[in-house]
Amino acid sequence: MERGDTERVEITISSRFENIELVQVIAEHLCENAGVDEDGSHWIGMAVREAVANAIKHGNKLDVHKKVFATFELQGFELEITILDEGAGFDPEKVSDPLNPQNLMKTSGRGIFYMKTFMDQVSYSFHPRGGTSLVMTKNLAKGSGIASTKA
Amino acid sequence: MKATNRTVDNVEIIALQGKITIGSGDTQLREVISNAVAAGRTNILLDLSGVTTIDSSGIGELVGSYTTVTNRGGKLKLLHLPAKLNELLHVTQLITVFEVYEDEKEAMASF
Repeated sequence: MERGDTERVEITISSRFENIELVQVIAEHLCENAGVDEDGSHWIGMAVREAVANAIKHGNKLDVHKKVFATFELQGFELEITILDEGAGFDPEKVSDPLNPQNLMKTSGRGIFYMKTFMDQVSYSFHPRGGTSLVMTKNLAKGSGIASTKA
Repeated sequence: MKATNRTVDNVEIIALQGKITIGSGDTQLREVISNAVAAGRTNILLDLSGVTTIDSSGIGELVGSYTTVTNRGGKLKLLHLPAKLNELLHVTQLITVFEVYEDEKEAMASF
C-alpha cells in the first residue's frame, strides 16, 4: 500500500461475544501492516475489543439477530474505526469516571476509559436509522504504545 | 480460561491460564473465587502468569474477586502480573488496590 492510498475494511458480525476477537484481529493486522509495533497494535486492538463488546452488550442487548458493523479506514497514517450497532441507542458519556475514588472498586465502567486511553479521539453519535455509532481515530505515526497515550 | 488450585499452608494458590474476557473467562473467574471462598479458603494468591488476554470485564472481575474475599475477612493478592495486565491496572489506578508479588515465597510470607 502506498502512503496516501486509502485502505478500507468492513466486517459485520452477529451479537455474540465470541465474535469480538474477529474484529480485534482485523484491527491488529491493519496496524501491523501499517508498521505499528506489536504493543501499539495490541492496544488499538483492545480499544476495538471494548467498543465491540459495548455494542453487543449495551447497544444490541445481546440480541444475536442484531448486527455490529465495524469499518476500518486507513488513510496515510490516520486510522479511523467506526463501530455501529442496531440497538435503541445508549449514552456512553453517562458512565462514571473509573478514576474517581468512589468508583475505583466498581466492577464495570472501564471500557470507555480504556478506549479513550489507547486512541486519540473517541466520539459517539446516534445513527439516523437507530443504533449508536462510535468513531475512534488514531494517528499511527505518533506511536501507539500505552506510554504515548494521554493517560 | 483454565484454573489450577493448590493449597499451601493456609493459602489457596490459584493459577489462571488463558483469556479473562467478556462472556468467557470473566464468569469463570467469579466461579473459581466463589468456590474457594465457599470452601473456607479466604487467603488467595492469584498466579496470573498464564493469562494471555484480559479486557475491562476481566479487570472488573479481578476487582469483584478482591471485594468478595475481603468482605469474608480474607486477602486476595496477585502473583506474576503479565506486562500488559500490569499496564491496565496502572492506568486505572487499580495497582494501588492490589498487593502484587513477583516471588511466590515472598507472597506466601505476606499472608
